[in-house]
Amino acid sequence: MNGPDIWHILLGNLGWGALPFVRAWRDPSVSELIGAAAGSVVVIGAVAVLALLTWAKAWRYLWTEWATSLDHKKIGIMYIALAGVMLTRALIEAVLIRTQQATAINAPGLVEPGHFAQLFTTHGSIMIFFMAMPFLTGLINYVVPLQIGARDMAFPYLNSVGLWLTVGGAALMMVSLVIGAFSTGGWSGYPPYTELAFNPGVGPDYWIWAVTLSSVGSTTAGINIACTIYKMRAPGMGWMRMPMFCWTSLCTAIMMIFAMPPLTVATLLLAADRYAGMHFFTNGHGGDMMNYVNLFWLFGHPEVYILILPAFGVYSEVVSAFSSKELYGYTSLVIATAAIAVLSFTVWLHHFFTMGQSADVNAAFGIATMAIGVPTGVKIYDWIWTMFRGRVRLTPPMLLSIAFMVTFTLGGFTGIILATPPLDYVLHNTLFLVAHFHNMLIGGLLYGLIAGYMYWFPKAFGFRLNERWGRISVVCWVAGFYLAFMPLYVLGAAGMARRTQEVFDPAFRPWLLIALCGAATLFAGLISLFVQLYVSIRDRHANRVPVGDPWDARGLEWSVAAPPPEWNFASIPHVGRLDAFYWRKRNEGAYHPADHYHDIELPKESACGVIIGVAAAACGFGLVWHIWWMAALSLFVIFVTTIARSFMRDVTKIIPAETVEAFDREWLAQARAAHPVPRQLEQSEINEGLAEWIA
Amino acid sequence: MALCLMLGGCGVLHRGFLSPAGPVAAATRDEFLWICLVMLFVIGPVVILAPLMAWYYRLANTRRVYRPQWGFSWPLEGLIWIPPSLIVVGLAVYLWRDTHRLDPYRPLPGQAIEIQAVALDWKWLFIYPTEGVATVNRLVIPAGRPVHLSLTSGTVMQSILMPRLVGQIYAMAGMRTQLNFEADAPGTFLGENVQFNGPGFQDQRFEVAALGAQAFGQWLTAIRARPERLDAAAYATLARRSTLSHPLAFGAVAPGLFGRIIAETVRDGAHEGHALAARGMGQP
Repeated sequence: MNGPDIWHILLGNLGWGALPFVRAWRDPSVSELIGAAAGSVVVIGAVAVLALLTWAKAWRYLWTEWATSLDHKKIGIMYIALAGVMLTRALIEAVLIRTQQATAINAPGLVEPGHFAQLFTTHGSIMIFFMAMPFLTGLINYVVPLQIGARDMAFPYLNSVGLWLTVGGAALMMVSLVIGAFSTGGWSGYPPYTELAFNPGVGPDYWIWAVTLSSVGSTTAGINIACTIYKMRAPGMGWMRMPMFCWTSLCTAIMMIFAMPPLTVATLLLAADRYAGMHFFTNGHGGDMMNYVNLFWLFGHPEVYILILPAFGVYSEVVSAFSSKELYGYTSLVIATAAIAVLSFTVWLHHFFTMGQSADVNAAFGIATMAIGVPTGVKIYDWIWTMFRGRVRLTPPMLLSIAFMVTFTLGGFTGIILATPPLDYVLHNTLFLVAHFHNMLIGGLLYGLIAGYMYWFPKAFGFRLNERWGRISVVCWVAGFYLAFMPLYVLGAAGMARRTQEVFDPAFRPWLLIALCGAATLFAGLISLFVQLYVSIRDRHANRVPVGDPWDARGLEWSVAAPPPEWNFASIPHVGRLDAFYWRKRNEGAYHPADHYHDIELPKESACGVIIGVAAAACGFGLVWHIWWMAALSLFVIFVTTIARSFMRDVTKIIPAETVEAFDREWLAQARAAHPVPRQLEQSEINEGLAEWIA
Repeated sequence: MALCLMLGGCGVLHRGFLSPAGPVAAATRDEFLWICLVMLFVIGPVVILAPLMAWYYRLANTRRVYRPQWGFSWPLEGLIWIPPSLIVVGLAVYLWRDTHRLDPYRPLPGQAIEIQAVALDWKWLFIYPTEGVATVNRLVIPAGRPVHLSLTSGTVMQSILMPRLVGQIYAMAGMRTQLNFEADAPGTFLGENVQFNGPGFQDQRFEVAALGAQAFGQWLTAIRARPERLDAAAYATLARRSTLSHPLAFGAVAPGLFGRIIAETVRDGAHEGHALAARGMGQP
């Protein structure tokens, strides 16, 4: 066996040319330099983080307290931290995309076409699979068990596996910046363009395995959330006594279970085409790309409601809490949520009205799409009537909710336009479409996620976020959205195609420049979120809310300390009605010690989830570069870990009753000592998390 | 200042279907405006009520009524469920009618000219089967006469859009899709591929030239006199991934080329035209 053979077995198709630094050295164009710079940010960032952790001797702490933790709260926080990192990358890419189009008017601009295509592909893939999905899964993970009076999720270990599979997929996305190149086929990865015949490189493979890991992780998350809500509710918490966020989480979870597998199937069949020479979606030999399109959108359309429903849940909680009023039309909202979940599986074809099917089919799906507008509209009115005769505090989460109601309604307006097939024919694949879904995803989903983050942050960390920076951030997110995407509506109506690296019409320039300003403003919104976090951590001692109810809110999650103990509830609460904690406060039933304190059994830390996630990422990397030994070894590790875990008997730990009682009594003492704050003063330092309520 | 920018900037809309140059685009624009009008009544209340409600019932405004336990009202439920449902029913009827009326497969009245479009990387080939000529990256049509366009792809999926004339339809390998449209009067319009298909995507644009009956006849005579012939070899060269700096024209086309491109792709998944050339297809 000679040298090159050994290297090929060891390293597969990896070569020096895979490194962006080498490519930039060989061809020092702006485009390659940007690629190399992005690669170096990843490398330097990773090295810096590793060095910092070593210097701070934080490895053991991180491993035992976080990475191996099966605590739903910590897993939720890790999900959201991952989302924050990925949001930063994808938003920088968005600014680059806008810069390119604004500068490349009859000019080459910053990046060359292949690089531009990678930018929009990673931007979309990350924002959906590695920003939005982890963010909402993290919120649900953190909040739902607390809201239903449970100590953890139904399957804590599966929860950890799901997290680390998602992290593994995200790691593949980051590695693709440093080694090789990513797909150019857009976030939907349509074949035959992504087939071997047209894209022989590693890009589509990176996309396939990153998305596959994410979709498997999300399927497990869906199963876990649904089972948690089915089986883990506190005694007395009937279906119609669940907080609205639980309802939307449940519907999202059910949709995840049904919608994620088609995606997994689609990406795996595409992989079969690329790796095994099969012909599921190729041109010729019986392949048919239309099957892929159907499978992808059979996932893709429910996906947008998977994304939006938890945000709807957040708005329901936020609007009710900051209006000091019960949610208007609870039953209506439940029915509307369930209706949206069902209808969302009946509209996927509107993503390809232009594929040449008959007018009957297009019209049927167009009408189904419009029908979803009814329950969605009902929800928005329900939130408006929740504010009616309330006492509204315009805190940052509330401002985001109001901005959402207006922005999302505009998005619904353009949604009805796109749901009309004859109009879709002229607007599909143009910037109008891009503007529409960003209108829904930023104005609907992202505002909701940020509102939820700000709303529950004091619960998770025990101190309030800085209000001033919160407002600045909200202004940036709202103004940035309108500046960035209203021009795209105009350009789309003028026929400008999406995903063009160069623009040939100088009349588009002013609109593209406004959109660029908008993208920069959105980026400023993200920066101000980070500043807010920094300032809040710096001033945390002044803003502590240890008693745990800073907003005089209604759900059970506010009835425990902030941050909550690992076991959540000293004794599992009994629920007599909707908004249980609110009524307990009014009826002098809150902040009492338990009758008896018992030992509490909790899931023990486990490294299995981390091992499976790391091995899955390594498997993906091996498959991307055809390093077969690595792929096989990693699969073997996953297999062995799964089997070994199933034989482990010692998987729980006991929290002694004395520990629970000591913690609880100390917290109750804090509650007694705290000064109840009226709503007018909730943003001041005297807010210790004990609300002054009016009977 | 801002207003001037808006007014000046809105000139870009003349490039799209809001400034139609044919009956299909005109009907599309009318439908667009009509739906916008209806939707204004739907979104108006929300856009006004949401901020108004939040401001009116703000905490600082102590003179307002406070009803923390009020959470349901039958009349309001009726108001938020029934009128939106009725509007959707109305829009649905309208949508059903117009989706059929503006179905891209539905022939327009009159004697249509038959043109076949083949999507290639990164160019459009237009074959005039009756006239026996072909062009690349320039679509010449007679003004005032319907055009029936058959589409397929010699490569990945693409989507043809001529914003001022008609909406898009996908062109897919091994399949034939159709588009019917017409230009009202002579003029030149933009046509483009709007489905991303690789590094030459942004350059895949073409000019649609609508000519008067006489000018169209002259153009046909001129193009027929050209020596270039579109046979299998020429198609194979054309089908390779490339962008063209200027449009091409062929004075003759191998008969049945369009059908054979479809058939070959179904069988062999041909791309870049190699399989077609290897089989000696379209030899005279």
